[in-house]
Amino acid sequence: MPELTSAIAAHDVTKTYGKGDGMFTALSHVSIEVQKGDSVAIIGKSGSGKSTLMHLLALMDKPTTGSISIGGDDSTTLAGRKLNRLRNQAFGFVFQQFFLNGNASVLENVILPLKIAGVGSRERKRRGHDVLKAVELDDKAKNKANDLSGGQKQRAVIARALINNPQIIFADEPTGNLDSATGQKVEDILFNLNKQHGITLFIVTHDEDLAARCQKQIHIKDGQVVSGSARRKVQL
Amino acid sequence: MKITDIFLTASSNLFRSKLRTSLTIIAIFVGAFTLTITNGIGSGISGYINQQLGNLGAKNVLIVQPNISTMGSTSSAPQKYNPAKKVTAGGFGGLNSVSLTQTDIDKIRAHPGITQVVPELSVAADYIQSATSDKYQVTVSPNIRGTSLDLAAGADVSDTSSAYQLVLPDSYVSSLGFSSAQTAIGQTVTIGITNALGQQSRQAATVVGVQQNGIIGGGGITSNNAFTQHLYNIQTEGLPLATRGRYQILEATFNPDLSAAQLNTLKQNLKDQGYTAETVQDRIGTFKTVISGIIDVLDAFAVIALLAASFGIINTLLMSVQERTKEIGLMKSMGMGSGRIFLLFSAEAVMIGFWGSLLGVLVAFGVGSLADRILSRGFLKGLPGLQIVAFPVRSIVVIMLIIMVIAFLAGTLPARRAARQNPIYALRYE
Repeated sequence: MPELTSAIAAHDVTKTYGKGDGMFTALSHVSIEVQKGDSVAIIGKSGSGKSTLMHLLALMDKPTTGSISIGGDDSTTLAGRKLNRLRNQAFGFVFQQFFLNGNASVLENVILPLKIAGVGSRERKRRGHDVLKAVELDDKAKNKANDLSGGQKQRAVIARALINNPQIIFADEPTGNLDSATGQKVEDILFNLNKQHGITLFIVTHDEDLAARCQKQIHIKDGQVVSGSARRKVQL
Repeated sequence: MKITDIFLTASSNLFRSKLRTSLTIIAIFVGAFTLTITNGIGSGISGYINQQLGNLGAKNVLIVQPNISTMGSTSSAPQKYNPAKKVTAGGFGGLNSVSLTQTDIDKIRAHPGITQVVPELSVAADYIQSATSDKYQVTVSPNIRGTSLDLAAGADVSDTSSAYQLVLPDSYVSSLGFSSAQTAIGQTVTIGITNALGQQSRQAATVVGVQQNGIIGGGGITSNNAFTQHLYNIQTEGLPLATRGRYQILEATFNPDLSAAQLNTLKQNLKDQGYTAETVQDRIGTFKTVISGIIDVLDAFAVIALLAASFGIINTLLMSVQERTKEIGLMKSMGMGSGRIFLLFSAEAVMIGFWGSLLGVLVAFGVGSLADRILSRGFLKGLPGLQIVAFPVRSIVVIMLIIMVIAFLAGTLPARRAARQNPIYALRYE
């Protein structure tokens, strides 16, 4: 598994969609750098380009110009199998929509990344239960994902993101679908992981309170970084 | 993802939408069922023909007749009189046919590769009678060398034996007063025959076998060489010399080491001299060609059904890809490669093919066996040994494989679409 040092950086990244008159610039000359163990919030309104930035950093998309580097290496050197392996083993994803398979058991859902990685079924089960314990869902392992509450679902999603011991977790509006009390609980889990296990946290949100809990905030408006305030939490 | 995991996942995905999958499987099932049944009938019938005609022990016998087209065709110009050719009256529809003489035997014998030429003697018997029975009409067929009969009891006649032997058809057994085919074996029966002078005589022979009733073999007794020759000699007693030694059919034995090409050359050379030469296989072949032609047409219908069903697979999987767009996006974002996504959906298609064909084959097997049982008690009762539907394992496996390949091909279109999904677009998809 590739060990990432300075987690992720974007250098002068521009992303455009379409061509000619219909061309739309989602991101324009964005540069950011995230250190290992950081917690970073990308804040912006809907359509500001914050999700696009996350997709680029998570190597799910390629920038039109500029470059992304992962652990110091240019991401353009990664392709195919190598890229898939990196995404599978170094990244964890938490989405606003849970993307759980409702008819499969919670355990089945959680071990999906291990299945993709080709881990054997006994090992999958063991690690699945471990990670469900970490998010206090072990007792629901055999339940269908559909039968869980919103907060439980999001914890299952976090468990799924954690199962590969990722170095970075990308979370897109992780609390967007949850009430504030459950949202709080999910947030606590995420920040605990950041503090205790040194997992780099990358949260896309429009929720200022959630953003304030991160060490670093990057505001994005109309595809450009408006302000990046570092260590605001420390100053508080 | 491991291959076993791909198949397990595909299998559980398949039954997420049970009704839709089942309907698609039924479509495949119909095709598989038809294909299996038609194939079963094909192998059942050709198996029966082979059994009827025996295993054709000696494959090196040519049946030689004069070319049928040499005379009596209304469309061709009349042929010049040839004093060497003898003509026999009484062909079908008033047509005379050319008969074969010792000259022909010598001519055929002269071909390289031919080791022996003997005439097939035709014998017209008056009746058959056992010690205890009435007289019954009967036809006598000389045993064709190299064939063996489908026997209910006893053994084939021996052409090398000097004893007079014959095989009775099963239908004569009870009329001749025998309680069963088995008890007829070894009994002596009498054949009545009239010579050219009109004197009737009785000739005894031993029953060595009883032939199953069948569609081939024509319901007459089969006599061995010695007995045939004996009857023929009696029949031709008193004939003017000029009319003796005229035959319809000659049997030419050829060197068994001849290659297929050499055999064809031999046949062609004989044809150029005005003879039609066929092996027993050629004769059966014509019959089999007709049957396999019919089976091929039925197979074509089954393939059409399968083709229609494969569109069902495409449709089902396209819907499935659409429904699972987000799931595909998720798996891709988690690092599942396009190739594996392709495999995942192809595996679903192959499994639809597998279940459909398995069901089709099993039901066809059941229906075929049931039909066999009912028919063999019903209107096919007169043809013991006929299994109308036979299921050779190999052809069943081939059918299943063909269907799974068709299903896989049908699945490639949806699977390709799934594999090409852009994860970001797929995750945003509503």
